[in-house]
Amino acid sequence: MADNFYNEVLLDHNLHPQHLHELSCATCSNAGLNPTCGDSLTLHLNIEDGVIKDGSFTGVGCAVSQASADIMLDLIIGRSVEEAKHLCRLFGKMISGEITDDELEELEEASALANISKMPARVKCATLSWKTLEQMISEIQAAE
Amino acid sequence: MMSSNYKSDFPVFGAYKDLVYLDNAATTQKPRQVLEAVEKYYREENANPLRGLYGLSVKATDAYENAREAVRKFIGAKSTKEIVFTRNASESLNLIAYSFGRAFINEGDEILVAISEHHSNFLPWQILAKEKGAVLKFLECGRQGEYTEEALRAALTPRTKLFAAAQVSNVFGRINPIKRFAEICHENGTLIVCDGAQSVPHMPVDVAELDVDMLAFSGHKMFAPMGIGVLYGREELLEKMPPFLYGGEMIEYVTREGATYAELPHKFEAGTVNVGGAVGLHAAIDYINSIGFENIVRREDELTALAFGKMQEVPYVNIIGGESAVCHSGIITFTIDGVHPHDIAAIFDSDNIAIRAGHHCAQPLHQHLAVQSTARMSLAFYNDEEDIERFIKTLSTIRRRMGYGG
Repeated sequence: MADNFYNEVLLDHNLHPQHLHELSCATCSNAGLNPTCGDSLTLHLNIEDGVIKDGSFTGVGCAVSQASADIMLDLIIGRSVEEAKHLCRLFGKMISGEITDDELEELEEASALANISKMPARVKCATLSWKTLEQMISEIQAAE
Repeated sequence: MMSSNYKSDFPVFGAYKDLVYLDNAATTQKPRQVLEAVEKYYREENANPLRGLYGLSVKATDAYENAREAVRKFIGAKSTKEIVFTRNASESLNLIAYSFGRAFINEGDEILVAISEHHSNFLPWQILAKEKGAVLKFLECGRQGEYTEEALRAALTPRTKLFAAAQVSNVFGRINPIKRFAEICHENGTLIVCDGAQSVPHMPVDVAELDVDMLAFSGHKMFAPMGIGVLYGREELLEKMPPFLYGGEMIEYVTREGATYAELPHKFEAGTVNVGGAVGLHAAIDYINSIGFENIVRREDELTALAFGKMQEVPYVNIIGGESAVCHSGIITFTIDGVHPHDIAAIFDSDNIAIRAGHHCAQPLHQHLAVQSTARMSLAFYNDEEDIERFIKTLSTIRRRMGYGG
């Protein structure tokens, strides 16, 4: 069970996160909380002209939430806000087990988290950063 | 050391031969004796009790009231009027806060709560204090989870109406000196509300000896079904408390303008009660008595000492609370450097070992100890040496399985 989702990709991102740091050039930051694990994470993005130029996260959490955030940032930095929104939707589909093989390819390394859907108690850990990102984007778009 | 075969009483271990169940502080498994008693009740004695005008209803009433008598005897209460059935310890504690609290706690009064309390013995008081303009104060514990008499004396003031504390902390597993606390509180004219959820299943608890004013506990943590719990309260205290829930079975006489309420303890038991649960609790008490607390305590202490000793030898494992096994009575909460508790629990689960991770419903305590969250293993007498061995074996592999070298 659990060993299936603690794969190398997840373990590596948890032990050696590239994006776990403050971001001085951040244009927006949003906090997300997962009370079941006690994961608390703040996502920082630098968005210019609708493009995510840079991003990071801070906070503490379980391996699943930390790795998921790190993988997500790998994927979205350099992409447009619209593309990030699309990836959030795909990630949600993957976790609920409704994703097609083609869509799964779009998620690249994030597809390493697909098995989380079999551990309902951990779904919130995996989706925390993605939900925080979605919330952030919808707030930005509502403000425009 | 005796290797028990208590597990053979518990069908779940027949269904899952590989299961190591170490989450007994969350809920215990149920023995055949309890399951059979509940089934027999529903097969042969079920009717709506207390207003029984026919034989079957009288049987149901007897089953329910016999369970109350069994509880009374089990905890040494004076009268069955002092035993109120609830859903669980949380509901019992809420009942006190709503009924006693709203009637007798006033603006400026103080409520003292031990910092290690489970949310169930903390939130009702927090809400009550906010509503009434009362002051919520905390009794702080040391690193080992210990509370001192001096600290309690210093925290009590002439305005302290009530002190809420667990007999055994669900995080530390430490036994608090409730009897001494009750004496100190009473000298100050303060009532003491004791959460017995973690003590009543595991050691002899006698309310007369402890001299607590109220005691709450859950059936499901003592081998009974979920959904049955107990509130013990001193008769004179319960007598002056207003009802908590209103409805059927708790009234004497109702008119358009008002109502008079039933005698204790029925005043606090509105609506059709959980007879099946009470019957299960009765059977659980009989089962505990048949094994005997002497054996239960000895067995749980042996297993705690074994686990504690071996856990101390595992590198990167940090035990929360007391520095010796005797401070832990069946509950060992721990962290592993670099591994989040939920990942710890997930890896145990992959080896079919059930433990708990998170805040254990004690967030203020985790803030006080400055730990994010923790993992917890908790024993019952039916666990055995092999369970502990498997637990330790998995514990020793966790860092490696999370990608740490060495």
